[in-house]
Formats: sequence, structure tokens, C-alpha cells
Amino acid sequence: MSVIKGDFIDNLPKVYGLYTGGFLIFILLMAILEQAGVGADTIGILFVAFTVVIYAAIGWLSRTMQVDAYYVAGRQVPAVFNGMATAADWMSGASFVALAGGIYFGGHGYMAFIVGWTGGYVLVAALMAPYLRKFGCYTVPDFIGTRYGGNLSRFLAVLVLVIASFTYVTAQINATGTIASRALQIPFEVGVWFGLLGILLCSMLGGMRAVTWTQVAQYIVLIIAYVVPVVWMSNKQGFGLIPQFVYGDAIMRIGELETLIGVGTQPAEAFPGLKALTVPYYEAGTDFASKWKFVTLVFCMMAGTASLPHILMRYFTTPSVKAARQSVAWSLFFIFLLYFTAPALATFTKLQLLDPSLATSIIGKSISEVSALDWIQKWSAVKMLAISDANGDGILQITEFFMRGDIVVLATPEIAGLPYVISGLVAAGGMAAAMSTADGLLLAIANALSHDLYYKIIDPKADTKHRLIVARVLLILIGGAGAFVASLKLTSILGAVAWAFDFAMSGLFFPLVLGVWWKRANRQGAIAGMFFGLLAGTAYLYAVRWGGMEPWLYIDHLRFGIIGASVSLVAMIVVSLATAEPDEETQRMVDEVRIPRGESVIDSRH
Amino acid sequence: MTNVDQSTREAHWAKTKGLMITTLIVWFIFSYLVHWFADGLNSVTFLGFPLGFYMSAQGSLVIFVVLIFWFARRQHAIDTEHGVAEEE
Repeated sequence: MSVIKGDFIDNLPKVYGLYTGGFLIFILLMAILEQAGVGADTIGILFVAFTVVIYAAIGWLSRTMQVDAYYVAGRQVPAVFNGMATAADWMSGASFVALAGGIYFGGHGYMAFIVGWTGGYVLVAALMAPYLRKFGCYTVPDFIGTRYGGNLSRFLAVLVLVIASFTYVTAQINATGTIASRALQIPFEVGVWFGLLGILLCSMLGGMRAVTWTQVAQYIVLIIAYVVPVVWMSNKQGFGLIPQFVYGDAIMRIGELETLIGVGTQPAEAFPGLKALTVPYYEAGTDFASKWKFVTLVFCMMAGTASLPHILMRYFTTPSVKAARQSVAWSLFFIFLLYFTAPALATFTKLQLLDPSLATSIIGKSISEVSALDWIQKWSAVKMLAISDANGDGILQITEFFMRGDIVVLATPEIAGLPYVISGLVAAGGMAAAMSTADGLLLAIANALSHDLYYKIIDPKADTKHRLIVARVLLILIGGAGAFVASLKLTSILGAVAWAFDFAMSGLFFPLVLGVWWKRANRQGAIAGMFFGLLAGTAYLYAVRWGGMEPWLYIDHLRFGIIGASVSLVAMIVVSLATAEPDEETQRMVDEVRIPRGESVIDSRH
Repeated sequence: MTNVDQSTREAHWAKTKGLMITTLIVWFIFSYLVHWFADGLNSVTFLGFPLGFYMSAQGSLVIFVVLIFWFARRQHAIDTEHGVAEEE
């Protein structure tokens, strides 16, 4: 039997309070070691190793052989803690490392991601989460398979889930590999497998229960790691302790500087993977195309959020329907803490580099002076940054400074001259963000394959022990496949994280929403919706990305979910209406889902 | 099947639908409408920020968080009113 029982739930605030205190003491200890002359490399190793060992220990303590605990954490996770776990599940390594950089380079146009990745939770709360919780399913395909009936509908839901989640998980394993290799000074290919080992230790023995409690721990690390450097830096620059509310002046100042230094001129040279700043910061487009691109990207990210199984399944773990709703609100609150900090970070970094009145600025300084800076040398060496005097005047222009977006988060502590302990903390935060998301995704895939494909379709007579062993073997296999793909470094064909959202919304958004909100939706309709939605979305992606097709109405490869979901909606309505309405039992099932009271729809012993 | 009569179910669902629609109207305004006019809003200064940028960096986000908390409360009130809330 495991250590975690009912009384653990009662003591959650105390347990995680102690944990947070312990982590802060660990940071202090590292700061003291740094002062005592311990090298930066050692501190980086200690940060990553210490936190990963803690997560693995939580995973070990949460091990279980009960189906309910393995699939839905025993349905006893309180709303606030489930909110933290969802926030960690949600915020990927990419969010952590690349978001601020995206804002730095993309300005207002990139903010569509921020709006989309937060507003999607309104859809989750109003349309999905409470009803799925009442349904009492273990996985998202479990809902589809039971609501619509039949193995084909269940199988198609599994298919969409696997495509969307696998697209996403390779990027996460890739991120853990990058961070582990840099912090632990091991080759990337080894780092990937090390990262996978950490991820599996968190999830394999305890399934959803273990993932839940490690994700809460990972959220605490990642939010501290994100917010502390920003607060520190803003304090240093005189913007006060809560910089998120007062950086308006900095934005205005950047606006003035951009005109002076000529942001908007295209650079004469190009470096692979690096970018020069060419987009004005806060100016929004005035033409139809840029407005349309903004709102279509927002819509794709929102509908995708509300269809991604690894997020929806987090709300199966709350004790009640009411708690599921509250938990969505808490999730967004905890996500908000990071998302409203990212633009502040991007703004401060930009100001530090551009503003000639600040000691940290580099634009307008002499090339020789800038090239001598420690952080410029360090990041140039790993080809994440480049300087070239294109016009030969010996002065660094905005069009002569190239960097990768990730630098904004990774190098900011060094740019601002913060101690190395902060860089170590940032590495631990990035690791926590990537691991927690990878855990959620791997579990979503493995659970769908073990519960829906193996138990519900292939061998309905399998006993508990057998099912849980299959679930774990699948977890290892899928994780291994993900790590293998990541280790091939095929980043150019793996595509964008946004694709996961588009795939999910193409196949699952309308079958899920209409399953609750439209009683008339039937099996044939859902099958058509999933099949044609996924097919149309994938075909369109292929055509615009590789087929050389001109996108319709600016709907490019980041937005292909619009095509998929539209086809899905039309197919589902047309086919549902053309075939017989669902039987009485199904209609009663929908009635039951709509009220919180009473037993869950699926037998709790399933 | 939970013992709730049909007319109660229908009344409850009508109110639930109403709340869903209200929530999504607010959601639509702050997800799309506001950002469509971001260039115009930028000429207004709010807390020192250009308003169009502010809405995408903070304004809409704060409203989404408050909206979901409000939604959760309202839905629970509707459930309680119709006697279909969970037993605590």
C-alpha cells in the first residue's frame, strides 16, 4: 500500500507549504555556495538534479495498483490543487522558454497566443469540464465511446487524441533534453533519455495520482523560477516589486526608441535560426489581414485548448462537478500568473537592450565594446546569438543584432547582471515546465490506448492487474518512441506546437461540445464529424505546408484547425440529421449529464 | 436515473443555457471584438499602457479569470435553486 491516503489530502496545504519553504531554502543555499566560490556549472547541475529527484520521489510515493487511483487520482483532488496541476500540465517548456521571446520579436501580433491560451479555459468551463466530470469517464475517448456508442467512434477519438498529443509530446521531450543537456553538460541525445527517465519515474508507478502530485510540485518550481528574475530585474531598474502593473511607461519608451533606431528596416544578412528585431512592439495592424490573422489564431488556440485530452482529463480528478468548475477558474488563475508576467519580461529585456540611458544597452554602442560582454560571448559560442557589422561603421545597429527568441528567458538574468543562482533556477523551472506537460501528454496517450483500445475494444474481460500492467508498458513504449523521435532532431518536420491544437480541434471539438449540448447528435454524426474533420484538417495542412497551395483567407498552417473544425461541424450536423435520432437510453444519458446531482453516468466500477 | 422530474430538468437546462450564452458573449467581446479594434484603442492610454496592447497582455486575461469564477458561482446557484446540486 502506498503512503498517500485520505489524511494526505487533508494535509495538502501543509505538505506543499513545507515543500515551497524547502525549495526557497535550497535556492538560498545555492546562493551561499555561489558566494563561497562554487562554479556556475555545479550550481546548474545541483538545481536540475535536486528538483528531478524530488519529483521522482513523489512519483514513487504515489504508486498504486487501483484502477481508480491510476486513471483519475481516486477523484479526490481539491479544486485549487487541481488548478495548480493543470497549470503545470498546460504550461509547456515552450511556454516557459519561448513565450517571452515570441512577444519580444512578434509584438502585438504574437499576443494572439496569450489571449488564445487563456480564453480557451472559458470554453472548458462553460461547455466541457463539468459535464465530462459528471459523466464519470476515465479518458476523453471514453466519453465519446459511451455517449455515441460503438467501437468505431471510440477508436476515432483515440486516433485524434494520439495524433494531437504525440505532435505535442515530442516537442516536450525535446525541451527536457535541451535543458538537461545544457545544465548537466551531457550530449543532447543522452539528455533526451535522461529527461524521459525523469518523466517516467513521475508517472509510471502511480498514473494520474502520481502525475497530479508531481505536477503541483512542478508548478511551484516553475512559477517561482519565472517570476523571481522578473521581479528582481524590475526592482533593479526602479519599476518596483510588482512590475506587471507598471511597465506601461517602458512600453511607451520602447515605442519612442523604435522610431529613433529604425526598427522596421530589414537586416542585410541572415543567420539560420536567429532573428533581428523588425516588428514595432505595441502597434497593432490597421488592415483587415492583420486583424483577421489575430482573431483566427486566437480562435484556433481556444478551441484547441478546449479539445486537448491531457487538459480535459485533469478535470476528471476533482471530487465533484462543482469542484471541477471551480478548478477551471483556479487553473486559469495560476496560468495567468505566468502569462501576464511574460509580456513584462519581454518589455524589460527589450528596454535593457535598446535604451541608451541604461548601462545594459547594446544598440548604438561600438561593436568591439558589445562583443566583449560576457553574455554576448557565451551565447554567440552556442550560436544562439550573432553580431555583424553590415554597414562597417563599427556601431551596432538594430539590424545587425541577431538572436534566438529563447534568449529572452535564458539570458536575461545575465544581461541584467543577476547572480548565476538565478540562471540555475531558470533551468530548473524550464525543466519542470517541460516535464509536467510531457507527463500529462504521455499519460493521456497511454491511458487512451490501455483503457479504450485494449480494455474496451480488444479485451473487455481483462482483470485490473492486467489492465494496469498494459497501461504501464504502453507508457514506456510511447515515451521511448517520443524520445527516439526527439533524439533524431527532426525539428524542421516536427512542426509547431500550434499543430497539436489544430489537430485536436479538427477532430474532437464539435463531437465533445455537441455530445452534451445537442441531444440529437448521434453515432453516425460523431463518426462523420471526427473522420472528416481530421481528414480535412490534415489534408489542408499538407497542402499549405508542403503542397505549395496558397492559403485561403490567410488561414495558414498554424490555423488549419479552422478548416478541420468547420468540416467536422457540417459533417456532424448533416449526417446526424440524415440518420435516426439516438435511442431513448442515450437521450436519458444526456439528461443525466446535464445535472450535477446523482451517480455518474458511467458505472463507477467500469 | 436520478429522481428529478422532467419539468425541473427543462427549467434548469434553460437557465444553464442562458448562463452559457451570457458567458460566451462576454468571452467573445474580450477574445475577438476588443482585439479587432486594437489599433484604435492604442491611442488611448490606460495605467500608462497603450490600451490595445494592454488588453492583449493583461486586460482580457483578468476578465477571463474573473468570468470563470463568476460562472462557477452562478451555475452553482442555478443548480441549488432547482434542487439538482450535489449533496455536500
